[in-house]
Amino acid sequence: MLSAMYSENTESQAYSKQDTLKREGSMSTSTSKKIRVLVAKPGLDGHDRGAKVIARGLRDAGMEVIYLGLRLTPEQIAEAAAQEDVNVVGLSCLSNAHLVLFPKTADLIRKKSSRDIMIIGGGIIPKKDIPALKEAGIAGIFGPGTPIVEISKFIEDSLKGEK
Amino acid sequence: MAKEAAERKEEFRTTVDGTVINRVYTPADLDQTKQDTSLPGEYPFTRHIMSNGYRGRLWTMRQYAGFATVEETNQRYKYLYEQGNTGFSVAFHLPTQEGYDSDHPLAAGEVGKCGVAIDSLQDMEELWKGIPLAEVSTSMTINATAPIILAMYIAAAEKQGADKSILKGTVQNDILKEYIARNTYIFGPAPSMRLVTDICTYCAQNMPEWNSISISGYHMREAGSTAIQEAAFTLANGIAYVQAMIDKGMEVDYFAPRFSFFFAAYTNLLEELAKFRALRRMWAKIMKERFNAKNPRSMMLRYHVQTDGFTLTEQQPLNNIVRVTLQALGAALGGCQSLHTNSFDEALALPSEEAVQVALRTQQIIAYESGAADTVDPLGGSYYIENLTNRIEDGALEYIKNIDEMGGALEAINQGYIQKEISRSSYNYQKAVDSGEQTIVGVNKFTAKEDHTQKLLEVDETVEKKQIGRLKKLKKERDNKKVNGLLEKVRQVARTDENIMPVLIEAVKAYATVGEISDALRDVFGEYREPSIL
Repeated sequence: MLSAMYSENTESQAYSKQDTLKREGSMSTSTSKKIRVLVAKPGLDGHDRGAKVIARGLRDAGMEVIYLGLRLTPEQIAEAAAQEDVNVVGLSCLSNAHLVLFPKTADLIRKKSSRDIMIIGGGIIPKKDIPALKEAGIAGIFGPGTPIVEISKFIEDSLKGEK
Repeated sequence: MAKEAAERKEEFRTTVDGTVINRVYTPADLDQTKQDTSLPGEYPFTRHIMSNGYRGRLWTMRQYAGFATVEETNQRYKYLYEQGNTGFSVAFHLPTQEGYDSDHPLAAGEVGKCGVAIDSLQDMEELWKGIPLAEVSTSMTINATAPIILAMYIAAAEKQGADKSILKGTVQNDILKEYIARNTYIFGPAPSMRLVTDICTYCAQNMPEWNSISISGYHMREAGSTAIQEAAFTLANGIAYVQAMIDKGMEVDYFAPRFSFFFAAYTNLLEELAKFRALRRMWAKIMKERFNAKNPRSMMLRYHVQTDGFTLTEQQPLNNIVRVTLQALGAALGGCQSLHTNSFDEALALPSEEAVQVALRTQQIIAYESGAADTVDPLGGSYYIENLTNRIEDGALEYIKNIDEMGGALEAINQGYIQKEISRSSYNYQKAVDSGEQTIVGVNKFTAKEDHTQKLLEVDETVEKKQIGRLKKLKKERDNKKVNGLLEKVRQVARTDENIMPVLIEAVKAYATVGEISDALRDVFGEYREPSIL
């Protein structure tokens, strides 16, 4: 599988996972304090505008972002989250399958990762579904029209609170 | 003379390409080398493809719908029909679009969610229960599995006693834009292009009133492209399809009259209607000059428009009715052949019946009350509109030239060029919104406390169980030996360059499912995995 990794001085283009790991090695000292975020789309939904914009926006906000892509299974996302040792996983779904896919992915991430990973989500998500998603361990839900800075601030504040 | 207020901004810019908008336009702003005095119905059809525009036939009011199982969707279609909807448009759930049956593990949570669940011909037959396929016109948004679904539609019509030769409608069948934006591909580009051209050939030979492809800019616009990029990339894909058919040995005027298009309409109605005028002129010239088409019908850009989903806001959702009105007006003033208006609650959930009714009424008010349909191309001759039309044409032709130099649309997609261009535009737009440079009423300006009492449509989990139960029963009751034999025949035909359609019609008639047939094709063609391009 291909993934793309970004730091603030990388051009927007895709790297294979091998490239990602190589780059990581060479940058380990300068980037070790950066928040690492995995952005992915579980399920069959193809609407990736929001996920891509957020991946770029969080990168521009100084985070290291791995954009895993779309049409992924919860297993694939959980596996990548563990391997990439991320602090945050951002899930996006616009196909109305969020009540099934978000909790399932969150559950698998928790099973596979040794560290505590914060999971957030976005898409076309009716307000009344939010309590169930929070219950399932999705820390924040960001609907259409959310400014990127609101999401990056949420991530930074939440992670600060943990330490 | 009264003292004028200073201008609100230092510069006013178009959203099509960011160029500066003058305070006022005059005859001096019209490029004399581009003088286009053609009338509606005359090459290059800038003003309209028909000489009498909507004074003859109004555009088709075609609301896209589909959710849960065939029963619920059939009911929604009948409701829309009673409300004055003049054409059907099927939304399939994602498993059908991506070649999985409802009981596949990857379909979990997706069954009936953003479209209707169709697993087999049995579902297709029930979808159209009580709706005479001989009389209606149907558009189907289906791409990777288009040959299977078209085969099911043909078989369902036959069961109603309607021969395929009289069927009217459209199959989207535009795989190239799936790799760019919509992402419901299954196979790689080469076998996919073969399936696209199989459908186009089959329709040219057997279904004279069926649009064999709907070359779509809508999804690229949704993904964040500008209007110029939408125009350019769609026509570049169109060029690739025409060339692929010619490479198959087909005569251009044999198939091109049944090529159709699909575009978005944003809220900036002046830019949007100019875009449609520019598109008609460009396609006519491409078909005549590049492909030597002789039949005027091959040169006519016929297209469906959908108001743009991305522009709908979750905040203050009733404001979306106004946005949709402006978008639909742009589509009508631009001369579309068919139109879908979005429902105001679509940034919140699937559309409710009430919201769908308002959306349809919006079209009817434009058609019957606004006067926009009473004369052809009413804004033709406006200095600004003519200037914008030229500007959009120039910008799009520049992109098409770049793509030609890369070796065509397929190569440009392989290199990620089109995807990156769209991604850049999309991110720039978001930055403009986040900085407040681009105002979105109710989102970054004029915000208000939100009230979430809007009644929304829900598709509950029983739908998935019901659909899986139906599928299990079908698989038990049909002649499985016959199905397996036909699936093997599908594999055999897929390995040759014989047209895939006849064997698919045979297979669906034996109730082979979407997932089974897709798997047979996967065995031969393999699967595509996209490189993640930001």
